[in-house]
Amino acid sequence: MTTITVTVNGVRYTSDVEPRLLLVHYLREHLNLTGTHIGCDTSQCGACVVHINGVSVKSCTMLAVQCDGAEITTIEGLAHNGQLHPLQEGFWEKHGLQCGFCTPGMIMAAADLLKRNPNPTEEEIRHGLEGNLCRCTGYENIVRAVRYAAEKMAAAQAAD
Amino acid sequence: MTATEMKERLVGRALKRREDPKLITGHGNYLDDIKLPGMLHIALVRSPHAHAKIVSIDASKALAMPGVVAVFTGKDMLDINPMPAAWQAAGVKNYPVPPRALAVDKVALVGDPVAMVVAENRYIARDAADAVEVEYEPLPAVVDARKAVEPGAPQIHEAAPNNIVFEWECGNKAAADAAIASAEVVVKEEIINQRLIPTPMETRGSIARYDATTGEWTVWMTSQAPHVHRLLLTAFVFGVPETKLRCIAPNVGGGFGQKIFCYNDMAFTMWAARKLGRPVKFVEDRSENYKYSTHGRDHITEAELAGTRDGKITGLRVKTWANIGAYFSTVAAGIPTTLYGRIITGVYKIPAAYVHVTGAYTNTAMVDAYRGAGRPEASYLIERMVDRFAAEIGMDPAEVRRKNYIQPEDFPYDNGLGLLPYDSGNYEPALNKALEIAGYAEFRKQQAELRKQGRYLGIGISSYVEICGIAPSAWMGGQGWGAGLWESANVRVHLTGKVVVTTGSLPHGQGLETTFAQIVADELGVPYEDVEVQWGDTQGTPFGYGTYGSRSLAVGGVAIKRSVDKIKEKARKLAAHLLEANEADIVFENGRAYVKGSPDKGKTIGELAAAAAVAYNLPPGMEPFLDETSYYDPPNCTFPFGTHVCIVEVDPETGHVKLLRYIAVDDCGNQINPLIVEGQIHGGIAQGLAQALYEGAVYNEDGQLLTGTLMDYAVPTAAMVPHIETDHTVTPSPVNPLGVKGAGEAGTIASAQCVMNAIIDALAPFGVKHLQMPATPERIWRAIHGK
Repeated sequence: MTTITVTVNGVRYTSDVEPRLLLVHYLREHLNLTGTHIGCDTSQCGACVVHINGVSVKSCTMLAVQCDGAEITTIEGLAHNGQLHPLQEGFWEKHGLQCGFCTPGMIMAAADLLKRNPNPTEEEIRHGLEGNLCRCTGYENIVRAVRYAAEKMAAAQAAD
Repeated sequence: MTATEMKERLVGRALKRREDPKLITGHGNYLDDIKLPGMLHIALVRSPHAHAKIVSIDASKALAMPGVVAVFTGKDMLDINPMPAAWQAAGVKNYPVPPRALAVDKVALVGDPVAMVVAENRYIARDAADAVEVEYEPLPAVVDARKAVEPGAPQIHEAAPNNIVFEWECGNKAAADAAIASAEVVVKEEIINQRLIPTPMETRGSIARYDATTGEWTVWMTSQAPHVHRLLLTAFVFGVPETKLRCIAPNVGGGFGQKIFCYNDMAFTMWAARKLGRPVKFVEDRSENYKYSTHGRDHITEAELAGTRDGKITGLRVKTWANIGAYFSTVAAGIPTTLYGRIITGVYKIPAAYVHVTGAYTNTAMVDAYRGAGRPEASYLIERMVDRFAAEIGMDPAEVRRKNYIQPEDFPYDNGLGLLPYDSGNYEPALNKALEIAGYAEFRKQQAELRKQGRYLGIGISSYVEICGIAPSAWMGGQGWGAGLWESANVRVHLTGKVVVTTGSLPHGQGLETTFAQIVADELGVPYEDVEVQWGDTQGTPFGYGTYGSRSLAVGGVAIKRSVDKIKEKARKLAAHLLEANEADIVFENGRAYVKGSPDKGKTIGELAAAAAVAYNLPPGMEPFLDETSYYDPPNCTFPFGTHVCIVEVDPETGHVKLLRYIAVDDCGNQINPLIVEGQIHGGIAQGLAQALYEGAVYNEDGQLLTGTLMDYAVPTAAMVPHIETDHTVTPSPVNPLGVKGAGEAGTIASAQCVMNAIIDALAPFGVKHLQMPATPERIWRAIHGK
């Protein structure tokens, strides 16, 4: 067992973990943050995307011990004070989800994309989300949802 | 609000979904999110061989590992029956060999489970599974359905001689033979509808808990049909009363058909929970899902279409080998028979048609319903053959379609293939609309110009009709389906006026909570927010056959409407009593019952619900509460239709296809929520065009699945799917009072051939007449270069 200390969604945790424990299992099974999902075993689907120190990462492909000292944000930590993140709002408004299983990872990946490129074109959104699979939506409404969020965030920034 | 003020109707409005808040914030509750106190974890030992005898299983090393609770094999579970074979091919002998909970004595596919390890956590279970030593005696394997039924092929099951599951036919053979023999033009093609892996983003699994004091189980399952699974697992597998099992489907992360079926894990988790007295969980990983959960399609077909030089289709003859996989999955035989053969002529009036299907066992994953289930295979076949015919006679493919469409006055239309009559349709307006959006005439000119410059653009048309609202129980009984297909619903107006709907349907992405609430709020005249829709738990919902076959609105939704109708009728009677009026004079409108001609004299549904609940003053003989259940068995299926058009450019140097435009004009009857309908169409199209361009499950000759993970099986990313342009026509269904048809599968049914027709149109200058799917760059390059 190895002792790690992480901050997840603003809460500090110290845990004893097996060195081989995957981050996604640590989040889901030790911290009960089950919003982060597992959809494959080859790091393709992106259902497990979380942010580590502000960067999107597939949590099925990292060990919990690698995150010692890190700041982690999961889908559960994206909304602030009951206020949905513009991406969460966008996915809801634009019907960007159906079964919802890929959605947390998709939103977390899109959040990172918008951080890097606040005003992406349709093509940039499609390429920016290549690490995440959705089987329900055909991506059409996911693209619309990300555009919605980009516009909303731009408008909010302009207002500031 | 006075009685004369109309409440704004919600049906037809693109409301955002009420399901979403918890799903976008990470508060969904999917199977693997569930933890029970004392829960153990299962890992399976699966066969690396496609076909082999099990010589010995030695679990001693696994059992010695700390944290391992037990190891079981198939022989331990001989006290339960194999999984049920619920839908067999109609009117012919079937040879169903469904799987057992774990394989016994021999394995028939790579991934066949031979033993299960139960341990304190999933890591230990997996380590221990690797430590179980199994000795096999490999046998020769066969993976191709046509080869499997040839003499000398490896024999998979003693109970199924020559690997034949069934031989089935429909239509008129003599008439089709004669039409083809006497035709001016006959086009013939071998058409392969390749095997696909459904790939819901959530894999499958089960959690079982057993209470030894009552002999009752609770099973959480990734299921599209928990009531059916409850029935099958108790009455057929365990031989116990169905009251001993409660099935719960929590949030289900997509199904696409794969979660309809009764799987071995439902049985072995129940068995182990009873044996060990602790809850057990099994969740597949993706590789396991790909190896063992059901696949779709996998047809090899020889097709001949006959017609006249001026474009009239006169006959169709089809011979199909349908791969059923290693065992008989729950409804495996119904898909390539009733749902395929009986709609093979699509939107066309074809006077003579005949279909013969051989279902074959092979050493591959079981094949069963996958989005569209039989209809995509039928639609692909006829639409490819019609294009092939058009090319042969040198006629525009749109014109050939127009010439042969079933006409509006022909409905209800009997296609002569043993299907119920098509309910309603008007095919040409959808075609016209799609062609207009695409700028068809202009495109043809542009296409000719660009060809001169060495650029190869193509346009594909796909007109489809499909079967939705799959139900009428009496008809389905005659199709070999061993149960009914009605749906039921309960609607209850509580004392506070809040409405709770419980449904046997099982939404897993379709937004039924929203759609159903829209219907109830309108019909009952109550605020949308006051309607709650509950589903998924067999304890607390009325029986339902489940959500598949685009049937939940046209069957389940109508059951809800009928319960609301009964509530309104009771409310009217109660209002007459309370208002001291004649019952015949009471009108129920906008959530209020009032005296005809005196709109001010009335009672709201809330007041009536309260009066019915407190029951101080009811008319003689009336029971308390507004609480009604309905069982709805429709008189027919519904038959949505439409035309899709696709424009592609093929790079002749690389064989790469660029999707330039994709246009979908669909007619699913009345739309309750256009936002949801459009979403269903988008998703369906992505799956169909992925079949055309990317996906295909590939086994080598030894039965190893070469596309065994998402690294190898090409589920498209956002960058591989084009922008989709949608439009619609509306031809209400006369079958049900909502006028709805269904939209869940249409996109998939329409799209594969749409893309293929476009690619083959682009390749016409190279003399390419047909191409098998997926149209990979290599396949296209070879077609262009004749290599």
